[in-house]
Amino acid sequence: MDLELMINSLPKLLNAAVITLKLLSVSLIIGLFIGLFFAILRLNKNIFINRFAYGYSYVFRGTPLLVQIFIIYFGLGQIEHLRSTVLWVILKEPYWCAIIAFALNTGAYTSEILRSAFQTIKPGIIEAGKSLGISNKVIFYKIQIPIAIRQSLPAYGNEIILMMKGTSLASTVTIMDLTGVAKYIISTTFKPIEVFIVAGGIYLFMTFIIHNVIKFLEKKYSFN
Amino acid sequence: MNIFKKTIFSVLFSLLIIGNVNADKIKIGTEGAYPPWNSKDASGKLIGFEVELAYTLCRYIGQQCEIVEQDWDGMIPALIMRKFDAIMAGMSITAERQKAISFSQGYADEVASLAVMKGSDLEGMDTPEGINLTLGGSGVKKTLKTLTGALAGKTVCTQTATIHQNFLESGDVGKINLRTYKTQDEVNLDLASGRCDVALAAAVAFTDYAEKSGKPVVLVGPTFSGGAFGNGVGVGIRKDDTELLKAFNKAIEKARKNGDISRIATKWFGFDASM
Repeated sequence: MDLELMINSLPKLLNAAVITLKLLSVSLIIGLFIGLFFAILRLNKNIFINRFAYGYSYVFRGTPLLVQIFIIYFGLGQIEHLRSTVLWVILKEPYWCAIIAFALNTGAYTSEILRSAFQTIKPGIIEAGKSLGISNKVIFYKIQIPIAIRQSLPAYGNEIILMMKGTSLASTVTIMDLTGVAKYIISTTFKPIEVFIVAGGIYLFMTFIIHNVIKFLEKKYSFN
Repeated sequence: MNIFKKTIFSVLFSLLIIGNVNADKIKIGTEGAYPPWNSKDASGKLIGFEVELAYTLCRYIGQQCEIVEQDWDGMIPALIMRKFDAIMAGMSITAERQKAISFSQGYADEVASLAVMKGSDLEGMDTPEGINLTLGGSGVKKTLKTLTGALAGKTVCTQTATIHQNFLESGDVGKINLRTYKTQDEVNLDLASGRCDVALAAAVAFTDYAEKSGKPVVLVGPTFSGGAFGNGVGVGIRKDDTELLKAFNKAIEKARKNGDISRIATKWFGFDASM
């Protein structure tokens, strides 16, 4: 064990962890909106809208994240027509390709989490609102959404942690995130165990923080 | 229960025997993604200059060989952890790598070059045909200055953990926007898509890609050798494996004398890259 290498690589890896957190937070925010949008579509009675939303979540939950990144990064890069459009400004950058892949992936899972949360809301609560003469819109925004978010907290916490680990795949499209920098250090020192232990420790620490924040929120918004 | 125990025992025993049989073979690690040095054919079989040379060297050593595949960025760690006994993967002999492993004498050498897509503003750079960084001199300095100017602000792509990355990071060509990839295939893809303005690798890696894909990839600037580009390509061997190192050195000597290396090199490169 090369302790000196572990200590020396720590600041570099911590710097890279900031990139990982950036990737994670941006894709989670975009993914949450995508997820909410598709969860509402899933609740729609129209069979085409419903099937469309289901198809989206089916495709993105049914294929590996790595394949999704490769299709968006290397796959779309092969289409020549695309390269002359405005879209290429975004798709040219590895960072945005990774964000798009992560956001679409977490969006699919989030839509399922939120859908099931909406469906577990007891009809009695909505009926109570209606009997008080509250409009459907207000019931949806002020009653259904808050309850759904509370219901989905434990599952969504898991999704955040899964996504955090998923961001390590960004290193496959040249992004120097935590895993990317760890691999870079290994390529010059040839000592994978030491560097990956430090990198793994940082991932573990981030999981610890996320886990506790979610636990705190669960307690704060518990019904009891 | 008895049958269960017997089965487990016999399976373990047979594994032991298989393990012993394999121990007699020299395991050689290669990347299988750096044509014409080493690559894979359509059926997934490993082919290329080094694959053919490896079998030839093993014949001279008088031992059976098995060639195994390993990702480039884990090549040296895998050797150290005894996943295989030798590396033949277009790996140049550099001082940095020699800190971790030993190298046999070089068996082939090949220059590096920058490449762009046709129509790039980097085409027609005013540089000599080739520079040797070890020799140095005013010509080399002037060329590096020209390159520094030309590459400023450009996205330069190369494979990770290579001599090419070392050179680009050495500061010889100033500050550039460097992007590193796991494989040369990915560098080629992004060069063709336009994400990379220019790429650096072994010159044959680009000509091979241009030929096979039909994409208008052209070499620009000088060819590079010496300095960060190392002293030719050799067999990488664990530091404590002195016997094997001796055996490989002898085999390379013999193969060179008999003209085997030159013959195989000419077959795969189209020119004699042996040394």
